[in-house]
Amino acid sequence: MTDARIITGNQAAALAARLCDVQVIAAYPITPQSQLAEMLSLYVESGQLRAEYVRVEGEHSAMTVCIGASTVGARVFTATSSNGLLYMHEQLHWAAGSRLPIVMCCVNRGVGAPWSIFNDQQDSLSQRDTGWIQIYCRDNQEILDTIIQAYRIAETVYAPVMVCYDGFVLSHTMMPVISPPPAAVRKFLPAYKPHTILDANNPMTINSVLLPNRRPDSEGVVCDGYMEMRYKLQNALDRSPETIREVNRQYAEAFGRDHGGMLWTHRTEDADVILTSMGSLAAEATVAADALREEGIKAGVVGIRVFRPFPEKQEVVEAYRNAKAIILFEKSISYGYEGGLCSDLKAAFYGSDIRAVIHDYVAGLGGRDVKSRELVEAVKSSLARIAAGERELKTTWLNCHTE
Amino acid sequence: MPQNLFKIHEKEYVLPGTRACQGCGLSIAYRFALKALREDTIVTLPACCLCVLHGLYPLTPVLVPSVNNTFASTAASASGIAAGLAALNRTETTVVAFAGDGGTFDMGLQALSGAAERGTDFIYVAYDNEGYMNTGTQRSSATPLGALTTTTPVLTKQQHKKDFLKIMEAHQIPYIATTTPAYPIDLYDKFVRAKRIKGTRFIHIHTPCPPGWQYPTKDTIRIGRLAVDTGLCVLFEVENGKFRFTGRSRTLAEKGNKLPVVHYVERQGRFKKMSIEQLRQLQDWVDDRWEEYKKKAAESK
Repeated sequence: MTDARIITGNQAAALAARLCDVQVIAAYPITPQSQLAEMLSLYVESGQLRAEYVRVEGEHSAMTVCIGASTVGARVFTATSSNGLLYMHEQLHWAAGSRLPIVMCCVNRGVGAPWSIFNDQQDSLSQRDTGWIQIYCRDNQEILDTIIQAYRIAETVYAPVMVCYDGFVLSHTMMPVISPPPAAVRKFLPAYKPHTILDANNPMTINSVLLPNRRPDSEGVVCDGYMEMRYKLQNALDRSPETIREVNRQYAEAFGRDHGGMLWTHRTEDADVILTSMGSLAAEATVAADALREEGIKAGVVGIRVFRPFPEKQEVVEAYRNAKAIILFEKSISYGYEGGLCSDLKAAFYGSDIRAVIHDYVAGLGGRDVKSRELVEAVKSSLARIAAGERELKTTWLNCHTE
Repeated sequence: MPQNLFKIHEKEYVLPGTRACQGCGLSIAYRFALKALREDTIVTLPACCLCVLHGLYPLTPVLVPSVNNTFASTAASASGIAAGLAALNRTETTVVAFAGDGGTFDMGLQALSGAAERGTDFIYVAYDNEGYMNTGTQRSSATPLGALTTTTPVLTKQQHKKDFLKIMEAHQIPYIATTTPAYPIDLYDKFVRAKRIKGTRFIHIHTPCPPGWQYPTKDTIRIGRLAVDTGLCVLFEVENGKFRFTGRSRTLAEKGNKLPVVHYVERQGRFKKMSIEQLRQLQDWVDDRWEEYKKKAAESK
């Protein structure tokens, strides 16, 4: 019998953490993540989850507690949003540099100043270069499934994973979610094996200072310098798409739900125009694509599920193979240039035979609502400009008064 | 008499080859602290002089498992290690955080306050060399009045040292102690006692620093003892709110023969620009605290 319930994204995330038998939780409340921190407290205090819950005094400490607990071999979980994530920034680098399989939810929210409690993805996008794997979810079911997958991925490649989902749009919206049987999750997700055991019989200093160059230990074995360690982290992320796809495939086999590995497509086979986004806005784009098709425009969607590592060139080029126009909708901006996803996508096309015109839209910042019909209008307006001979379309701010 | 005078653990946990400076007060303190704590201990530390002492990867002279973390995070790192060990039923292991005064009085204060308020089961050690010595002797909130540092290079520090022990007392933790490597058996005793207590324990180590304080490296013990004799460093314990002087400070309190601070100040280059007025203010500050402590000791009887 399937266990289906109508729950919010935050509840789905809490449920997933419980199903993963997390052993240490450290969290600090921030809107729109708070409900997730509260649910986990309830699970722990009512005995539904056997875990240490450290109610820290700030997000910097939340990530630090996760680092400490993961170092000694516990499976850890945390979640945050917006400025909370930014406050963790230093520790995000430390977690990845320590090669710890920490899983964290980022409940995406706009970043101050000025204050906004509402959704965009500037928070997680601005943490792009911290060495974390970043996965963006479309709906509450994908949140639950992705967290379970995230532990498998993290504990295979020894890199932390950030599971991102849109604040309020998903975090506070109720949707039907199927909860997999705990025994099946345990089978899918074996117990965490730490890469290092801190033991009095084998004392070591973890993450001590090192020099630029490789250096021999007391037995003459030449050990890594700083660059070799950095290279190994890059190499782990470079190779992780294989793991991410395989975990997704095995998950689909075990639980019957396939969310796509690195990216997913919607009606792209014959599409002339491909809409692209991440998270819930990508789901909205599928509604827009269907509406465009009803108007005779052959539209499809490529949803970028994993932003770091970025999907490999071959997969990206294949996904956009037949597109004449690519329209991006991004809930973030790299100030002084364009949306970060747009830059990465263009880079992936370099040297390929893809010659599609690319038009980048910045949309929905600070929670401004983005409706599918607005996406439809934006696509039609882009196509009209392309038809009129424009090849270079500057980033457009959707539904924003720019006069 | 010190309790462990004839019982000091023979095993060395800090082998020769540390990267600490000659005459380093921390080296002595760390050596005796680890002897008292023994094998089943995990140390966590931030970027600080101790991190330097631990050496350069892949070599370390320290025979206790240790975890580095960032500057502001020492107590949170200990919280995480303690929570992880608790989740894995490894509660017999002692978790010890070591940080300097910068990483405690300044940047690490939030994490330490949080961990202490939560009653985290660990020992927090603040080794106080009264400045950012690892980065080249910059001013911290633990630097005493009248001291030259590289960020108070002309006028000297204009404020008194932060009374951090009062902040820790306000957290109502089961054990607070002050000690100094100048009296290593006092230090050893306090770590042995702290290890036996559950909950958050705080040990402050007054830590003479030859390059930062500008005195000859052979004088570390002498300077440390003068700090005690003048009342700048007061040796005490606060156990479950009960205050008691220990060791040399108890003798001084009983006999009333505390030395004027000038005996301590005149031996250190860092005080060479100290004004007569500052010296008077420092003496008043020391005397006020001394009276406060005596009152506390009397109330705790």
